[in-house]
Amino acid sequence: MNIKADFPTLIEEIDYGTPESKATKQVTLTVDGQSITVPEGTSIMRAAMEGGVEIPKLCATDMLDSFGSCRVCLVEIEGRGGTPASCTTPVGEGMVVRTQSERLDAIRRGVMELYVSDHPTGWNEKAGTGASEFDAVAKSVGLVENRYGTEGRNHVKDDGGVAPGHGSLAVDYIARDESNPYFTYDPAQCIVCSRCVRACEEVQGTFALTIEGRGFESRMVAGMHEDFIASECVSCGACVQACPTDALREKTVLEKGMPERSAVTTCAYCGVGCSFKAEVKGDEVIRMMPYKDGKANHGHSCVKGRFAYGYATHKDRILSPMIREKISDPWREVSWEEAIAHTAKEFRRIQYQYGRTAIGGITSSRCTNEETYLVQKLVRQGFRNNNVDTCARVCHSPTGYGLGQTYGTSAGTQDFDSVEYTDVAVIIGANPASAHPVFASRLKKRLRQGAKLIVLDPRRTEMVKSAHVEADYHLPLKPGTNVAVLTALAHVIVTEGLFNEAFIRERCDWAEFQDWASFVALPENSPETVGKLSGVDPEAIRGAARLYAKGGNGAIYYGLGVTEHSQGSTTVMAIANLAMATGNIGRPGVGVNPLRGQNNVQGSCDMGSFPHELPGYRHISGEAVRDIYESLWGVKLDDEPGLRIPNMLDAAVDGSFKGIYIQGEDILQSDPDTKHVAGGLAAMECVVVHDLFLNETANYAHVFLPGSTFLEKDGTFTNAERRINMVRKVLEPKARYADWEATQELARAIGLDWNYTHPSEIMDEIAKTTPSFAGVSFELLDRVGSVQWPCNEKAPLGTPIMHVDGFVRGKGKFIRTEYVATDERTGPRYPLLLTTGRILSQYNVGAQTRRTDNVAWHAEDRLEIHPHDAEVRGVREGDWVRLASRSGETTLRALITDRVSPGVVYTTFHHPDTQANVITTDFSDWATNCPEYKVTAVQVAPSNGPTDWQKDYNEQARQSRRIAPLAAAE
Amino acid sequence: MTMQAASTEIASRTAAIIDEMKGLEGPLLPILHSIQEEFGYVPKDALPVIADGLNLSRAEVHGVVSFYHDFRAKPARRHVLKLCQAEACQSMGSDAVAAKVKQLLGIDFHETTRDGSVTLEPVYCLGLCACSPSAMLDGEVIGRLDDEKIEEIVAEVHS
Repeated sequence: MNIKADFPTLIEEIDYGTPESKATKQVTLTVDGQSITVPEGTSIMRAAMEGGVEIPKLCATDMLDSFGSCRVCLVEIEGRGGTPASCTTPVGEGMVVRTQSERLDAIRRGVMELYVSDHPTGWNEKAGTGASEFDAVAKSVGLVENRYGTEGRNHVKDDGGVAPGHGSLAVDYIARDESNPYFTYDPAQCIVCSRCVRACEEVQGTFALTIEGRGFESRMVAGMHEDFIASECVSCGACVQACPTDALREKTVLEKGMPERSAVTTCAYCGVGCSFKAEVKGDEVIRMMPYKDGKANHGHSCVKGRFAYGYATHKDRILSPMIREKISDPWREVSWEEAIAHTAKEFRRIQYQYGRTAIGGITSSRCTNEETYLVQKLVRQGFRNNNVDTCARVCHSPTGYGLGQTYGTSAGTQDFDSVEYTDVAVIIGANPASAHPVFASRLKKRLRQGAKLIVLDPRRTEMVKSAHVEADYHLPLKPGTNVAVLTALAHVIVTEGLFNEAFIRERCDWAEFQDWASFVALPENSPETVGKLSGVDPEAIRGAARLYAKGGNGAIYYGLGVTEHSQGSTTVMAIANLAMATGNIGRPGVGVNPLRGQNNVQGSCDMGSFPHELPGYRHISGEAVRDIYESLWGVKLDDEPGLRIPNMLDAAVDGSFKGIYIQGEDILQSDPDTKHVAGGLAAMECVVVHDLFLNETANYAHVFLPGSTFLEKDGTFTNAERRINMVRKVLEPKARYADWEATQELARAIGLDWNYTHPSEIMDEIAKTTPSFAGVSFELLDRVGSVQWPCNEKAPLGTPIMHVDGFVRGKGKFIRTEYVATDERTGPRYPLLLTTGRILSQYNVGAQTRRTDNVAWHAEDRLEIHPHDAEVRGVREGDWVRLASRSGETTLRALITDRVSPGVVYTTFHHPDTQANVITTDFSDWATNCPEYKVTAVQVAPSNGPTDWQKDYNEQARQSRRIAPLAAAE
Repeated sequence: MTMQAASTEIASRTAAIIDEMKGLEGPLLPILHSIQEEFGYVPKDALPVIADGLNLSRAEVHGVVSFYHDFRAKPARRHVLKLCQAEACQSMGSDAVAAKVKQLLGIDFHETTRDGSVTLEPVYCLGLCACSPSAMLDGEVIGRLDDEKIEEIVAEVHS
């Protein structure tokens, strides 16, 4: 089967000019003699387009509200005087509209003539791409002359053609702004239609652009007339997408020309799962265009998804398999056949020598569902054990556990569209503006419409306060006190009688609720007591609780600030309790929503990546479930859970675990306590790394298998809203095999009879064996775009919102959430608390984004420290500081800011030089071993430069990345 | 002459104005007016402070400030003389008035006399059409300009 293997054309999406009206009442009108029926409130422009009549336009686009400034889209309406703009005029019953007449033609030509009189070189020569909407409109209105010439005062010529400016702005011409690495702003081509400004405001919510001045002097500028890179711009590219001229244009398009063909695919960065058209020319991606039909992003994107795909062709990519005897040897490039045969032989030898359980595998949250499924299948069917785990271990495993226990499913309850109905949003331990930017844009839009916001975060993030965003309550809790504060919120809801009794009696177990209520009502859980230990004002806790319980639809969104704690699972349960107690579950606008870090964290968890679970979260000890796979795979499965990542490393140090196949994860950089990870890897005899780059883990590898990017394979990713999105191959794998093919080769080499010819067949096997995926197939996804699991007989088109009529597990379960302080405490030697996070332009350990121009925004990790803490230590802005914990120390430069509270410091972990995880401890979640990244007691002191560990590490990394020159053919 | 204020000074005085006026409905323009009153101009360094105080972006504040010619980016000179150049005044001879004023002061619109005493600016309607041609000197309107009044004004700004 060959689904969409070729895609000969460029997908053109229709621009209806104005947004869809959500009214239910229908109105019928006549446009150019054609009868059209549309919802009330639709613009004439949109109605005409829905009837196939395209009215010329410049300032209108359907991602933005109508504006009515360009005066090109004028129409005639029978019985009305004048020529109203079709974008701002709503349809009326029985209206008779004419879009073409001599009068209209003359007006439109006149308007365009004025535009071109102040446009570089005129309409009939290609000033930019020659393919802009402006060029198309000039052509469509039949513009044939420019009677005004281009000699007068204008914004175009900088060499003698400029009449002296008479306004407060001295000159009319402004040079191009090339400061953004991805796009150019040429003010000379700007027609001041404000589409970019409105896109930045309405779609992205950053408000970085404005129209400066007035009249002839007006023009678009970023910030306070700054370079784009220095302005508030976050480079999401919405302005470039909105621009109808070439004033804002992707540099790749200017350099290489317009793309020729495209395929719809899914972004491989965060868990929002934006849909894009990958637009290609020859064998090169020209640009990634957000897809308007994408259900997660509706045509929007962030800087990573739209622009940061350069890593796919970065020179650091390894394209040939490599092996070596010892990790101190240089790498030797070999054929795929040799690498696969060598790996199979080594794994077999290790199992023979040390036992069946001496090897295992790690699946990737970056790879497709199909690839993840194959890796766990390889381990279970081929290695005959359950030693498979995934990087989700270190991020969202408590989500799976906590929501599974309380609600019965290990996933978020809503779709992203749900936010449009939210009245009170609660953000806990997440900074969507940085880590889930497209969702943040949608949330900000809702906030501008009047929704309230509560933020629980030790830092004053962009969600607490930024342009047009101000949290109603910010609870700046001390890292590690999540459970206490959430239980205090519950205390207020229970003791003040704010809970939803009808909901609880109907959907939950009343006796369990009463038990829980009596627990949270204890005085030790009161805001006053909790306020002392968490540092949060008790009145703010009370206010926030009242707002969430009684403010209408309350939705909780949370991130790794919830899960990556010793009480991560407890915190997830506390969140689940709050939603149940207030009845905020089971309809649009409410729910409990984990914001997933990586593109396919949800999918990798769904696909049975955990050592105790088969696909669909079914425990390995269940005989009926094992039967399904045993009969299909023809092997007896181990009924005992296998080793988790930290256990594998412990076992390696102990000498009982010797070989590992790691697909698309850099555990050395992303897992806690780097030295322990390094020790574990160094103790193994065959470490196989399957990745795009020689990542940090590969420094300890014996076999390197080159990976494929999301552009080079077919498959599916599942985003944070359980949405299964298609990933489509637009380029041939640079290293010959897509990752699923490489895994299949390895499986065959160890004797398994795998014969998948296309990932769709793997999905068919998943659907056949996993009830929640029973209805999923590539054919369905091709037809409907995407579906949210469960997708089966009961829900053939998927399930946007879960627990609608009742909880999946039956009755919702209230669980007591006792606060236990982490063992990681501050003391005289380590008086500060370190917490970690991300920034917008970088992603995870940075393996991809560091290899793109995104480094323009974040060239290094910095330590955020409060001015007071900095001053007593004699640390100044930009100084090198030593950051030390019980586990280790590193150095980085300080950034002094009051975004962090006194006593708290913060850094990111995007750069391997920093090695923030040298600092983090091996404390972890009691239920799932999810590491406690978010709390580490540290000390900060001025320093002269990198630590010995960093220097040694860099030297070791350099040594271990050597690749032996290919011996000349002899 | 108003000295250009130091940026920390600007920030603290701006913050005080914002605190006082933040509660107004549509506070941005009143705040900008107060700042111009305080400093004699709207310093660029005040804009990020306003943006932060009102939860706006810097771009938005800049867009508003640059839209209104009345908000000056540099300290004003001792006197600001605005001559109305709109339709009603034109029909009553404002062109001749402007020419005479320019000649007497020796400057064009948007310029300041060499001694720094007065800045001359055009304005488009002071709402005083019944008394055209009209002018505004340091915020006070003057109607029915004639040669005598013009000379009086010039004498005053030079004194």
